[in-house]
Amino acid sequence: MLTWLTEPLEFEFMRQAIAIGLSLGILGAVVGSYLILQQMGMMGGVIAHAVLPGISLAFFLEIDLAIGAFAAGVLSALVVMGIQKRSRIKVDAAMALTLTSFLALGVILVALLETDNINLNEILFGDILGVTSGDVWRTVIITASVLLLTKLFYKELEFYTFDPLGAKACGLPVNLLYFGLICAITLTIVASMQTVGVLLVMSLLVGPAITAYLLVKELSQMMILGSIIGAVSSVTGMYCSYYFDLPSGAAIVLVIFSFFLLAFLFSPSQGILTEPEIKTKVRSWLKLIFK
Amino acid sequence: MLEVCNLSVSYRHTTAINRLSFTLQSGQVTGLLGPNGAGKSTLFKALLGLVPLDEGIVKWAGKPVTEQLNKVAYVPQRSQIDWDYPVTVKRAVMMGRVAATGWFRQHNRRSQELVRHALKQVGMWQYRQRQIRELSGGQQQRVFLARAIAQEADLLLFDEPFNNVDRQTEEIIFELFAELKAQQKTLLVISHDLSETLENYDRLLLLNKKLIASGSKAEVLTNENINQAYDRYCNLTPQPLTINRFTHADLVN
Repeated sequence: MLTWLTEPLEFEFMRQAIAIGLSLGILGAVVGSYLILQQMGMMGGVIAHAVLPGISLAFFLEIDLAIGAFAAGVLSALVVMGIQKRSRIKVDAAMALTLTSFLALGVILVALLETDNINLNEILFGDILGVTSGDVWRTVIITASVLLLTKLFYKELEFYTFDPLGAKACGLPVNLLYFGLICAITLTIVASMQTVGVLLVMSLLVGPAITAYLLVKELSQMMILGSIIGAVSSVTGMYCSYYFDLPSGAAIVLVIFSFFLLAFLFSPSQGILTEPEIKTKVRSWLKLIFK
Repeated sequence: MLEVCNLSVSYRHTTAINRLSFTLQSGQVTGLLGPNGAGKSTLFKALLGLVPLDEGIVKWAGKPVTEQLNKVAYVPQRSQIDWDYPVTVKRAVMMGRVAATGWFRQHNRRSQELVRHALKQVGMWQYRQRQIRELSGGQQQRVFLARAIAQEADLLLFDEPFNNVDRQTEEIIFELFAELKAQQKTLLVISHDLSETLENYDRLLLLNKKLIASGSKAEVLTNENINQAYDRYCNLTPQPLTINRFTHADLVN
């Protein structure tokens, strides 16, 4: 059993992959908690797709791809906010339009700038084997910074995400807080590109956070429990990937979903199998079976 | 004293509030009445600087309100809040202390004490560890009242605090109003209820985009004013005060 656990760690790439996975699991849950409480779960998807034109431009200009991705991601979120604020259009429609437009712009830029030797597959689905120690450091530094900022601005962010109007009425700089959240979401996505890819990153943002949401009654607990779930899921996914030769990103996503399913069914306060009526029904079925 | 002078707000080309002027005195509870779409909530947002003004000035103690938002407490409508948010009663009330505590600081002892006192005042101290989702409508309203008290504001704005609350909560709210009044606070309360509860207000403002009437109950609730505000014919005589829980809904019907 112990060798089963330690064997993958003998490889440098697995040590790095696990370090990145742990880090992302924590980062995704903390940022994702705000994301889902703001009812912006799909915003993660928008930003994740919208990084493409930025990556293409950065590749063309020979600067760090992460910088291009970050800039394009933040811009897309601001476009969504702009459309929503300045018109009657609801946020989901604004998101759908922005997502596709940025993606289209990305596709055109890739063709025009002839940057088609960017490995799109790697960006979309992640490639854990390609992780470098530079990637590990970048992810760890992003995670540490976001955690520190969350700690520093915890009470303001909690107030703002709970009651935006009340927070604004108290004189809190709500636009700045919103912009900070958008930056944190985009940073999380940029940091996850290598491991799970931009298509699957939504799972890291949303999954652990909503699983914890079903189990706790305070934001801080949601973040802590979410981080544990995220980190455990990442590592479990990596091991599955190693032993069963599965794509790492997809394995992590399915582990996250399994955890969610457990909480969804068995959460003491909100699980569907723990509702009193259903409990008694299940008990009577079990009695019938084991009679 | 709150001074509102020539306040106008419009959304695109629709006028929401038109040249509104009034003053509120300290130690008074003022009721804000008017039909749906009369601009009551917009007025609150305008007072707090949450919507851009076309023209007009809002001053508190001689200075613009937006420069001293810490002195204003705003109690939003219950429907504006996501009640599934993972927060306990105590932490929700603690949010009233966020602005006073300031950036990068933990809530101090005094804030803790204020929150405890506020929760006791609204009879919610024993529920302090509950998640807000587990409360009844009236209890949720009381959490927000406690938040406003904990803020130690001088001007308090209540957006329909009596909407769908139980009798007990209603009584607690009016007791609280009396106490705040005794502390020389200024209160402005949006209400839909035109029944006997109006006795609890010192002054009334009747609004429908512009100010239709202001003053005592007898001065404001005349047939002429009501008709003008609600754009319906309605006869409150001979004994308007005894009509039992005569509400806005009755007028619309």
